[in-house]
Amino acid sequence: MKKSVFLGTLATAALVAGYASATTLEDVRARGVLNCGVSSGVNGFSAPDANGVWQGFDVAVCRAVAAAVLNDPMAVNFVTTTGQTRFTALASGEIDMLSRNTTWTFSRDTDLGFTFIGVNYYDGQGFMVPRALGVSSATELDGATVCIQTGTTTELNLADYFRINNMTYEPVPIETNAEAQQQYLAGACDVYTTDASGLAATRASFETPGDHVLLPEIISKEPLGPLVRHGDDQWADIARWTLNALVAAEEYGVTSANLEQMVAGTANPEINRLLGTEGELGAMIGLDAAWAQRAIAAGGNYGEIFAATIGEATPIGLARGLNAQWTQGGLLYSPPFR
Amino acid sequence: MGDRNASYVRTEMMEPQAPPITEVGAIRWVRENLFDGVLSSVLTVLALLAIAFLLHELGPWLLNSVWNAHSLSQCREILQGEPGACWGVINDRWAQLLFGFYPSTLYWRPVLALVLLFVALAPVLFPSAPRGLIWFTLAYPFVAFWLIWGGSIWLPISVALGFGIGYATLLATSRLGLLISTIAAVVVPVLYWLLFSGDVAGWLAGVVPLEIRAVPSREFGGFMISIIIGVTGIALSLPLGILLALGRRSNMPLIKVIAVVFIEFIRGVPLITLLFTASLLLNYFLPPGTNFDLILRVIIMVTLFASAYMAEVIRGGLAALPRGQFEAADALGLDYWKAQRLIVMPQALKISIPGIVNTFIGLFKDTTLVVFIGLLDPIGLASAIRANSDWQGIYWELFIFIGAIFWIFCFGMSRYSMHLERRLKTDHR
Repeated sequence: MKKSVFLGTLATAALVAGYASATTLEDVRARGVLNCGVSSGVNGFSAPDANGVWQGFDVAVCRAVAAAVLNDPMAVNFVTTTGQTRFTALASGEIDMLSRNTTWTFSRDTDLGFTFIGVNYYDGQGFMVPRALGVSSATELDGATVCIQTGTTTELNLADYFRINNMTYEPVPIETNAEAQQQYLAGACDVYTTDASGLAATRASFETPGDHVLLPEIISKEPLGPLVRHGDDQWADIARWTLNALVAAEEYGVTSANLEQMVAGTANPEINRLLGTEGELGAMIGLDAAWAQRAIAAGGNYGEIFAATIGEATPIGLARGLNAQWTQGGLLYSPPFR
Repeated sequence: MGDRNASYVRTEMMEPQAPPITEVGAIRWVRENLFDGVLSSVLTVLALLAIAFLLHELGPWLLNSVWNAHSLSQCREILQGEPGACWGVINDRWAQLLFGFYPSTLYWRPVLALVLLFVALAPVLFPSAPRGLIWFTLAYPFVAFWLIWGGSIWLPISVALGFGIGYATLLATSRLGLLISTIAAVVVPVLYWLLFSGDVAGWLAGVVPLEIRAVPSREFGGFMISIIIGVTGIALSLPLGILLALGRRSNMPLIKVIAVVFIEFIRGVPLITLLFTASLLLNYFLPPGTNFDLILRVIIMVTLFASAYMAEVIRGGLAALPRGQFEAADALGLDYWKAQRLIVMPQALKISIPGIVNTFIGLFKDTTLVVFIGLLDPIGLASAIRANSDWQGIYWELFIFIGAIFWIFCFGMSRYSMHLERRLKTDHR
């Protein structure tokens, strides 16, 4: 008897919603809010603060897109996703974009049917060991016990690395970063391995960070980036070029502080086109001319976001490294705004 | 007879002596309970050592508790290297652990809903509560929905109207026979919900707009989610479980097969699978763009899961009833539902109380599994809080707090069930 009520509810939900065949951009505009998938908590990348406001590096990308599309960086529903639910949430349309330190891989891009819109953080897998162990290179880790999160690419990378270097190790499988921290500090393993950014953040939270060292070897490529569904190229373009606008803004020296001054007009036509005072770039992706201004105003350019969320002035203290502009020896390289 | 002065005859009563020191008071208790034989003594000493060890390890940690700190590093500064619990995280984030991201100006709404929950439960739980309150209990689900989700008051009212319509149909068709009226009482309200309830709500809202701020369910979190899912699951799984148990014992083959297949299927699948189905698979079945509330989906799955277990618990109670009770009900000329309501269920449910409460407690604790589908229940929020630079590295304090609150709820349920068993005890065992 009750079952039919539930089925009825299901059917109602289906009928009421109907088929939404509009483009993602139209959907988002009609809804007035961007549904953005984030992780349920990675230090510096996405976490709610004491007031319940989401903060972080990945979160800032969502805010920039919301600012560009909806003219309000706070018009974002943050949908928390886990490693298992993130791709389904995106594929099923529950979220409009996923910004959850997700590694850009061949199969995710092609087989799973997503479009990675760029890389917002170049990461790689590293090792952390206690200083007392006296190890200065990962090649000296033969026979070590290693704390490793199960079911991740890091597990496979680790196996590869030790095999290539003809070393053995004993894995201590763990589920979450918090658990890993406990195990590592309790001495259950000699080495903790995960993405280098995660290691830095973890070490920063230790009582005595100085007692632990990050080994110089980075054993994998982990380009982390936001992604959208296949099949709506306009939406992918909006997300991609919003990210590019943040990167380009840093390259051209446009910051949230001097934005107004730059909007008033500059001698650099590239900046003028970026900020919409010259040319018709906004209209080409279905937005107005000032879209990039708003994206930059949301949280600043790429460098400002980096510095505010994970940079050297924060407790996480990551150096720019590979994530510096190409002019500074890094990999960040926005295609021209033309 | 005359030998009264013989020296070996006692002439006065002896004063009663104090019992040996080993047979009274604390010493006797200790002897009997702690050192009654070699094995007992050894175990006592071991237990004392274990307690002393725990106190030695945990004592300083608890005694040095820091309540006023806004980050782990601040705690460490205050503690100066001493061991100590950093309860500052609870102080800083308690609202988030309780309400998730619910707007802070509206905290009174879920709190009021919780207080009203106890009012609504009173007539169900305690016979001394005024009987008139039962009407409030019936209205409570709609009141609570409106308080927690907000929005127009007419939506819950128009849904509630469906139950009224169902009851009216039952009365109107009661002459057509039990089966027909039961079916009509189900079909008519369902049709109403599917076709008219939305329009009715819209029309009423147009006439008398009466709404409070709507809060989308993705802003729910913390214990609020656990309690919403737990309470709804508990409240719905009992009636559903009763129906399934009756269905499984039914003489009608179709009903019986449906009940058996449902129960065996749900019991054969882990809850986590059902949750993943709710969060992932349904997304593919429903048309794209459908916004079918995730919490509602989870509540449905949790309820179905619990009701399968509930059905088996109640079936145990039914099986324990002597056959004579069923026959007596038939002999009195009661129809099926009357016999169940007046004779069978009161006894079967009484027998099943421990099992039912056991299922309730299990269900309430199982709500923490929703963390795996990305809902921020207390455990999920604990990891979200740890993901903040201020609190990364904090571990036990959060889990102890969460565990303590769960313990309060579960212990409360368990005590109530013992009270209920005593109250309903009518045998002379």
